[in-house]
Amino acid sequence: MTAAPADIQAAAAPTESVRPADPWYPLRRTLEAIAAPLAALCLAAIVFSVFLLAMGQSPAEFIDLIWRGAFGSWFSLQNTLQRAAPLFLTALCVALPAQIGLVVIGGEGALVLGGLAATVVALPMLSLPQPIILLAMGIAGAAAGAFWIGITGWLRAKRGVNETIVSLVMAYIGIALFNHLVEGPLRDPSSLNKPSTFGIGDENMLGTIPGLDLHPGLPLGILACVLVWVLITRTSLGFSIRVTGGNLRAAQLQGLAVDRLMILVCALGGACAGLAGMIEVAAVQGNANASLNAGYGYTGILIAFLARHNPIAIIPMAVLLGGIGAAGGLLQRRMDLPDATVLVLEGLIFVFILASETLFGRIAWFQPRASS
Amino acid sequence: MADMGPIATVSLAMLAGSLRVSTPFLFVSLGECLTEKAGRINLGNEGVLVLGAMVAYAVSYETDSAWIGLLAAMLAGIVLGGIHGAICNLPRVNDVAMGIAIMLAGTGLAFFFGKPYIQPTAPRLPSIPFGFWSDSQQVRSALDVCPLFLIGIACAFALHWVFRTTRIGLRIRIVGDSNDAARALGLPIGRTRLLATAAGSGLAGIGGAFLSLSYPGSWNEGLSSGQGLMAVALVVFSRWNPIACAGASLLFGAAGALGPSLQTVGVTWGYYLFYAAPYVVTLVILVATVAPGKALRGIPGELTLGR
Repeated sequence: MTAAPADIQAAAAPTESVRPADPWYPLRRTLEAIAAPLAALCLAAIVFSVFLLAMGQSPAEFIDLIWRGAFGSWFSLQNTLQRAAPLFLTALCVALPAQIGLVVIGGEGALVLGGLAATVVALPMLSLPQPIILLAMGIAGAAAGAFWIGITGWLRAKRGVNETIVSLVMAYIGIALFNHLVEGPLRDPSSLNKPSTFGIGDENMLGTIPGLDLHPGLPLGILACVLVWVLITRTSLGFSIRVTGGNLRAAQLQGLAVDRLMILVCALGGACAGLAGMIEVAAVQGNANASLNAGYGYTGILIAFLARHNPIAIIPMAVLLGGIGAAGGLLQRRMDLPDATVLVLEGLIFVFILASETLFGRIAWFQPRASS
Repeated sequence: MADMGPIATVSLAMLAGSLRVSTPFLFVSLGECLTEKAGRINLGNEGVLVLGAMVAYAVSYETDSAWIGLLAAMLAGIVLGGIHGAICNLPRVNDVAMGIAIMLAGTGLAFFFGKPYIQPTAPRLPSIPFGFWSDSQQVRSALDVCPLFLIGIACAFALHWVFRTTRIGLRIRIVGDSNDAARALGLPIGRTRLLATAAGSGLAGIGGAFLSLSYPGSWNEGLSSGQGLMAVALVVFSRWNPIACAGASLLFGAAGALGPSLQTVGVTWGYYLFYAAPYVVTLVILVATVAPGKALRGIPGELTLGR
């Protein structure tokens, strides 16, 4: 995949590089990695404004509403951060495999199954102390997600099947399995209108952070991003992963266990998405129901590409996309726009971000210079 | 008719289902086949399918003619496919990821503009009653075939003929098989791929029109169940052969009709599992047909799928 080598450069830019004659090149390379997505975002905003004007709506009002609905007040900011919490983790589910050159887009399936596994594990042990329950839920959620995306990695590594298509199909199968179990064998008979499993009980749910009205999913997501960044850029395992992503043949010649690395990276990504499902259950839903299947996995794909698969860049991008999602309700009420407006905007951003990939290496100012 | 046994009922429902459910598969897979023959993969056909369904329904409602709706869906597909093709012509742009973006954008646009058309009833495409010889109401309704199905089958043979015997078909295949060969012959690689993607998406748009204008025959946001994505696996399974695509579409249609067919005889267990049947078939086919370290027979050489 073309995304991977450029990303490695971006991730490695601040510290390590083949010191060329041009000492400022690493800085300019980082600037390039920031400027190109930014340009794409601006272009997407312009095209979307034209779209709104054609609909007879005011782009200024739209942006104002997004701002107020997403970041304008403490309440809306809370809503934004609440929505961003699972997005950090589902974005990592895309960004981690991308380091080894795989485009895995099945985070949605891993998320719902992670949430379900966490609930199922918690149900028989509800009398135990809360920390033990939460720990078991976390492990179960991560394991279920790791298993689900791990299958994709395994099929890619051992059988050579295209991982993008497999992960997408696996997501559909995972969601069908989830719906079957939640509406069938695992259903709480008293949940009539909204089929769901038995609840884990309010007293066992994740509380809010003292002083802030936020659940711990947010710091956990940010922590996961930082840890993945450390893993990818500061450990020998991460280095092997990036070498494999940069040049598969070279990695094989070096004797790296390429197959095992692929499976491991996919499983790690899946564990992140599964954990996102567990947090949604433990902090928001209280049981596994169809609300888990809310598109977090698909938004995560967009975030990962926006961040160019850099784990640290995922943090602001997830907050941005969480904010756009949080403002959706306000847009519907005030401007009478359908809820799909956000989908159109996201689609436009995605198209422009991918197209901006072509800018890399094209603008001379960002390139290494022969002498200094 | 009450005198039919459950097995006969299920098989009849599956036959009827495979004739109906397979038609969108047929058009999307033929479109995908054309695009992939030119060396590019377009996952965006899922978005084209949804947008095509919406445009067909809306235009059919506004103009009172289902056929104009069909034409509009095809045009919408060509436009969306053209965007995909044009952007993927830029260097370093990943066609698989771009397909997902187009899928998101197409679905978003369809939901955005489709909101007012969920309620009203638009004129539908007529169907040809091939079951006239039977007294059984079930057989009759099973054999009510939409002309689009027949057009689709004809398209499969036409496409096969184009690839096998015409100059245009040969050029598409060269561009799909080897950039170097195409360059040596002076063929316009980018333009060929752009046109192949646009035409392929036009076919996918027709598949979408079938969804909203014939079967199920109305527009709502849950209309497509991933046929556009499954088409990619279907084309792999068919070894990039249009006629095999038609056969595979019938198979997928039957798999997709399994769940509803069982419901007609009162089996309601595992509705969601049967809903997932086509995905499982897709996965099994992909795993079974791809051999590690070996190129697939018939695969266009420039396809990123083969890597």
